[in-house]
Amino acid sequence: MPALSLATAVETRAGAAPSAPKAEARGLSFYYGEFRALKDLSLVVHEHRVTALIGPSGCGKSTFLRCFNRMHDLYPGNRYEGEIRLYPDDANLLAPQVDPIEVRMRLSMVFQKPNPFPKSIFENVAYGLRVRGERSRRALEDKVEAALRGAALWNEVKDRLAQPAFNLSGGQQQRLCIARALATDPELLLFDEPTSALDPIATTSIEELIAELKKRVTVLIVTHNMQQAARVSDYTAYMYLGELIEFGRTDELFIKPRHKQTEDYITGRFG
Amino acid sequence: MREHSAAELRALIALHRRGDVLFAALGILALGIAAFAFAALFFDMLVSGAPRLSWQFLTGFPSRHADQAGILSALVGSALVMLVTAAVAVPLGVAAGVYLEEYARRGWLADLIEINITNLAGVPSIVYGLLALGLFVQQFGLGQSIAAAGLTLALLILPVVIVATREAIRTIPQGIREGAYALGATRWQMVSGHILPYSSPGILTGIIIGLARAIGETAPVITIGALTFIALLPPAPVTPEFPWLSFEWLRSPFTVMPIQIFNWTSRPQAAFHANAAAAGLVLVLMTLAMNGLAIWLRHRLRARMRW
Repeated sequence: MPALSLATAVETRAGAAPSAPKAEARGLSFYYGEFRALKDLSLVVHEHRVTALIGPSGCGKSTFLRCFNRMHDLYPGNRYEGEIRLYPDDANLLAPQVDPIEVRMRLSMVFQKPNPFPKSIFENVAYGLRVRGERSRRALEDKVEAALRGAALWNEVKDRLAQPAFNLSGGQQQRLCIARALATDPELLLFDEPTSALDPIATTSIEELIAELKKRVTVLIVTHNMQQAARVSDYTAYMYLGELIEFGRTDELFIKPRHKQTEDYITGRFG
Repeated sequence: MREHSAAELRALIALHRRGDVLFAALGILALGIAAFAFAALFFDMLVSGAPRLSWQFLTGFPSRHADQAGILSALVGSALVMLVTAAVAVPLGVAAGVYLEEYARRGWLADLIEINITNLAGVPSIVYGLLALGLFVQQFGLGQSIAAAGLTLALLILPVVIVATREAIRTIPQGIREGAYALGATRWQMVSGHILPYSSPGILTGIIIGLARAIGETAPVITIGALTFIALLPPAPVTPEFPWLSFEWLRSPFTVMPIQIFNWTSRPQAAFHANAAAAGLVLVLMTLAMNGLAIWLRHRLRARMRW
């Protein structure tokens, strides 16, 4: 019974205590040219909590995630409507006068497939710091070490920081990408299906890492794996065809979904 | 506590943006210089050469009288030499590139060949002319013919075609090869069904760049003895009698566009200089037409492929 195992996965974890909002989408719509990919989404991302976006392929969950760090600005013909507010300063990340580079300096992203640069392990983690103008070798070394420790990778790579990142296994590469994202001390960490290219053991280590990370940083994660959402997240949003169908605490959403459609999806009858 | 406040962050970005602006300005400047140089050259040729352009100029033979001279023999000569060059360089170059990428085993021999090919691309064209004079003209007894010129220019552009072929093949993801092999394809079925079609846009670009270089080459063609004055066309490739095809034209003496231009510019009379400009204009237009064709073909071929 999938519903039962999901409920078990949820119940073994402490329920999320309420916390301050870190970010909030308000009436967000997104257009690829004429195509309206996101329809009037509103949702709160709570500070130091993991929020999961689930839904079938093509439901717009990745599109939604990529609005937060303005990745859609890289391609012509894309258009946002509505707001994404980032707290505590209550700035609208989507405002035309807001520099997307500034947004990306405050938020970090981990992609679906591990995408380390073809450089050394050290340089991969240091890159974001160098982009921010950090030149001191000492400061770089300290921060790279802290980031690698934060990504639970330090013990495996501390003796070979100068080696190419591509020598690492897939799971290690993804943790390196997490370290790279952590090094710049982001306010919000975006994960776009971070384990879909990894084996179950590497997936488990990434999931454990995400649970650990939320002590330091707010996490927004897209996943196609409902068990994963149940295991790692405190809040879950179910999306379908560009709309937000249901959003709430993960335990509540998985144990007693309010919408029939959500229930069908999480029990595997659909999707 | 965050390391940078919002104001600090903005100042940092503004500082970094200066690099963006600087590079964009530099890029526009560089483009501008290149575009201006070409435009100036083209405009200069247009002004002095355009009045001479006429049907008579395109279909006339060279003459002692500047106003009666035409470029027909050079035009036909260039076209036929290019035909030979393409017929030799394309199959040889593409086959060599495919072999090196898909068949050859990695080792010192492959490395040696690779170094040689890369170096060949840097050899001055006059050296190819000297080689061709000794080998094609004298040793093989081809004489000062279209065949000798075509072969010489084929040698000249062979490295370009090989390198372009290899680069195009290397961009094909390994997964495509494995997908074909997993269905039981032999190496040649994989190459002919996948590697060649998918790399064709890149290969085509290499071929056109090579041919565009060959059509403007002067030095090696002079070395093997192209004529500067020729008032007859090579024998027609199609004959009224059996076997209806004739390859006599391959052995025919010839001239090509760059030599005709060179010859006219070295004359003292200003009228011939106008002829040279007009012929130069035709040559540039031919090259532009070839490049245009390449861009169009590449666009069409790429439209069907995505990965």
